[in-house]
Amino acid sequence: MTRISLTVDGASVSDDVEPRMLLVQYLRERLGKTGTVIGCDTSNCGACTVHLDGTSVKSCNVLAVQADGGEVTTIEGLATDGQLHPVQEAFRECHGLQCGFCTPGMIMQSVALLQENPKPTEEEIRLGLEGNLCRCTGYHNIVRAVQHASGQGEEVTA
Amino acid sequence: MTATQERPTETREIGRDRRRKEDQRLITGRTRWTDNLQLPGMLHLAMVRSPFAHARIASIDTSAAKQSTNVVAVLTGADLAETQGACINAWAITTDQVTPAHPPLPADRVTFAGEAVAVVVARSAAEARDAAELVDVEYDELPAALDLKEAAADKVLAHPDLGTNKSAFWKFDSAEAGTGGNVDEAIEKARADGIVIEREYRQQRLIPAFMEPRSVVVDPTGEQITMWSATQIPHILRFALAATTGVPESKIRVIAPDVGGGFGGKLQQTPEEMVAFAVARRLGKPVKYTETRSESLMSAHHGRDQWQKLTLAATKDGTVTGLKVDLLADLGSYVAIVGGGVPVLGAFMFNAIYKFPAYQFNCQTVLTNKTWTDAYRGAGRPEATYAIERLMSELAAELDMDPLEVREKNWIKHEEFPFTTVAGLEYDSGNYEAATARAKELFGYDELRAEQKRRRDSGDTVQLGIGISTFTEMCGLAPSRVLGSLNYGAGGWEHASVRMLATGKVEVVTGASAHGQGHETAFSQIVADRLGVPFEDVEILHGDTQVSHKGLDTYGSRSLVVGGEALVLAADKVIEKAKPIAAHLLEASVDDLEFSGGRFSVRGTDQGMAITEIATAAFAAHNLPDGMEPTIDSEATYDPVNFNFPHGTHLCAMEVDTETGALRMRKYVCVDDIGNIINPLIVSGQVHGGLVQGIAQALWEEAVYDESGTLVTGSFVDYLLPTAADTISFDIDHTTSPSTTNSLGTKGVGEAGTIASTPAVVNAVVDAVRHLGVDDIRMPCTPERVWKAINGPGAGGSTEAAAMPHFDQSEPGQDSTEGAGA
Repeated sequence: MTRISLTVDGASVSDDVEPRMLLVQYLRERLGKTGTVIGCDTSNCGACTVHLDGTSVKSCNVLAVQADGGEVTTIEGLATDGQLHPVQEAFRECHGLQCGFCTPGMIMQSVALLQENPKPTEEEIRLGLEGNLCRCTGYHNIVRAVQHASGQGEEVTA
Repeated sequence: MTATQERPTETREIGRDRRRKEDQRLITGRTRWTDNLQLPGMLHLAMVRSPFAHARIASIDTSAAKQSTNVVAVLTGADLAETQGACINAWAITTDQVTPAHPPLPADRVTFAGEAVAVVVARSAAEARDAAELVDVEYDELPAALDLKEAAADKVLAHPDLGTNKSAFWKFDSAEAGTGGNVDEAIEKARADGIVIEREYRQQRLIPAFMEPRSVVVDPTGEQITMWSATQIPHILRFALAATTGVPESKIRVIAPDVGGGFGGKLQQTPEEMVAFAVARRLGKPVKYTETRSESLMSAHHGRDQWQKLTLAATKDGTVTGLKVDLLADLGSYVAIVGGGVPVLGAFMFNAIYKFPAYQFNCQTVLTNKTWTDAYRGAGRPEATYAIERLMSELAAELDMDPLEVREKNWIKHEEFPFTTVAGLEYDSGNYEAATARAKELFGYDELRAEQKRRRDSGDTVQLGIGISTFTEMCGLAPSRVLGSLNYGAGGWEHASVRMLATGKVEVVTGASAHGQGHETAFSQIVADRLGVPFEDVEILHGDTQVSHKGLDTYGSRSLVVGGEALVLAADKVIEKAKPIAAHLLEASVDDLEFSGGRFSVRGTDQGMAITEIATAAFAAHNLPDGMEPTIDSEATYDPVNFNFPHGTHLCAMEVDTETGALRMRKYVCVDDIGNIINPLIVSGQVHGGLVQGIAQALWEEAVYDESGTLVTGSFVDYLLPTAADTISFDIDHTTSPSTTNSLGTKGVGEAGTIASTPAVVNAVVDAVRHLGVDDIRMPCTPERVWKAINGPGAGGSTEAAAMPHFDQSEPGQDSTEGAGA
């Protein structure tokens, strides 16, 4: 067991963890941060995407011990003071989700994408989300949502 | 009492693009996936799975696993014996269907690679999985039936004790059914003086690949044993649990909490659910099992997997005179819950939107030593649509006609509805001309055809192809009598109840079980309009057999057209029950009351009362008419009178690099006619997602087994789900021919995109390179297959030869298009 201390969604936490424990397992099983989900075992799907020290990571691809001393933001910490993050708002506005399972990762990746590139083209959005799989939406409305959040959206129509 | 006010029409909910009620939780991570659940003392399960496709289980040594720290139990099929129940097949498609017994954990023999043979129970999931590695199973490998065609010839038996791999043969013949002529005569005539198109198409095996891996939690500590499961079918699952374990149905509660997609893949009663149920009962403790993605791809049911031999007969002017279909359908190693019924769901759809005078459908279902197959989005209808829409384009090519023209020559004209087809179905409404005209306009059909010609003429290395799919489907499963006539084990009705709460809020309970479709939003819109209450005041409850005590769940694009209609009936009953109370309280005659905009008003006066006020009055029950039951709550069960027939015209432009075989989708337009639309935003999402799943079959996805029966596409590294970077934005629109068989005039939309898009894409790819001598490319159309098709006979080229024996065993290799003078 290894002692780790980190900040998750603004709260200081500390636990003894097995060295092999993945960050996503730590978030879900120890902290009850079940908003972050596991969709695969090969780091393809991106459902577990969170931010670690300001950068998006697939939390199935990071050991909990690697997050020691770090700052993690999950989907549960994205809204502030009850106000949805603009990307969350855009996903709802543009119907960028259906079953919602990929959504936490998709939103976290979109937030990171827009931090790096505030006015992405459609192609840049599509390439930027390539590591996140969605089976419901066909990506069309996810792309619209990111455009909308970046202030480039056309008026949303069905 | 206040004066009656009509709600202005612009506040009508039906037709509004309401943002979804469900989203607030989902975008903030406040979710209830089954795997999120933790109960005190909960134990975790891991499965020990067979690496072999077919083997006898010689022995299972569990001693090392049992000694592991925090392992509570290790159980085999022999240990669980009859307590594990059985996985059921609900649809024997023939009365003599050969159906192998399907124990959740087989004790003596494994029948596909990935089948579970033992379960480890431990205090944590990680410890259970570690210990599963220590279970020592000795297998005696048996020859495996893997290739579908070889299995159909009984060369190797998937279940030696059954003596055959042939499970059932199902036939429909229009001459025998009295719905049309004799197809063999039509083909004979066409061969003498017309056109015969013969093809063999492969429907590759697909994996539904919902994003949420399946998970099940069972808590046996209450009076009812509660199962939470990532399932589409909580009601059917409860029935199957009770029917096969002997536990009374009333002692079982099944909850489908948030469910992360299904697409048919969670329309199943799974071995893992049965094992979790048995283990929880045995140990008296809550248990959880969550599969890994690899386990999901390997052992959750697959879809499609058919060979289709097709013969289309036509006159020289392009009028189709008959269609004959011979299918081989791979069931995998068991007949799953719907199983062989999937191709039968396609049997009525090969004739599609066309007026074929003669039709015959033959299907042989076959057992193999691969993962069992069952419903995957569209279930039977994508296969049928692919076949006919590819054939119609081939016919057009043969005639050197525009593929839309040959379709129009044969399709049912809008003034001919209702129309009884050669398969015996009555299509209630449709307008193929209108959808096609709109699609052509959006697509810029003529301009793209002109560009295609320019590129051909100039010998451009990047060629342009235009693909067409004018599809229809039957959905809204299903009229119970029809299901009965097909030997299906259940009905097709749906149930709803409407509870009028004392505070003026409305609770609606539906037997449909959403897993991403947005029922909460769309159903709220329907009820809000019907009862004249605010959208926000309607709460939709579903997916828990103790709340929604009656239902047949969600699949087959049925929730709206069957479940929605049950809602309407229940809401109308509420109004009827409220009416005498309103009359009593308003001191008026029932005959003088009108109900509109949520209020009863007395005709010719300004007196009125809201239905929510009547709900409060019924709750208080202080002043009701004599003998009146103090409630206006109502319920209804609706059995559809017919299937539902959405249709649409899909147009796809593909660019093919003839030097590399690389493909690029240039444009995709679809105009679907799904009748009246409740929520256009939700509909757009259903269409987009459906399109990509169908496009993925055309271009990327295939479940591949190696020669020993191991699934080599067992992870997302190898099973190619499309990403945002692989796909494009779509142009979608609608025409509207309301359904005449339900009061809302709606048609199903959940499967439409998937059913329609696959042939549109492949038609486009083939169209781009047809002038290079290509008439087919097997799916998925990978660059390699496209390149090989262009550069000579091989994986992609002609498929005529394979189809020939279907037509005439004695003359293999005969030119199938001789009638055209080709």
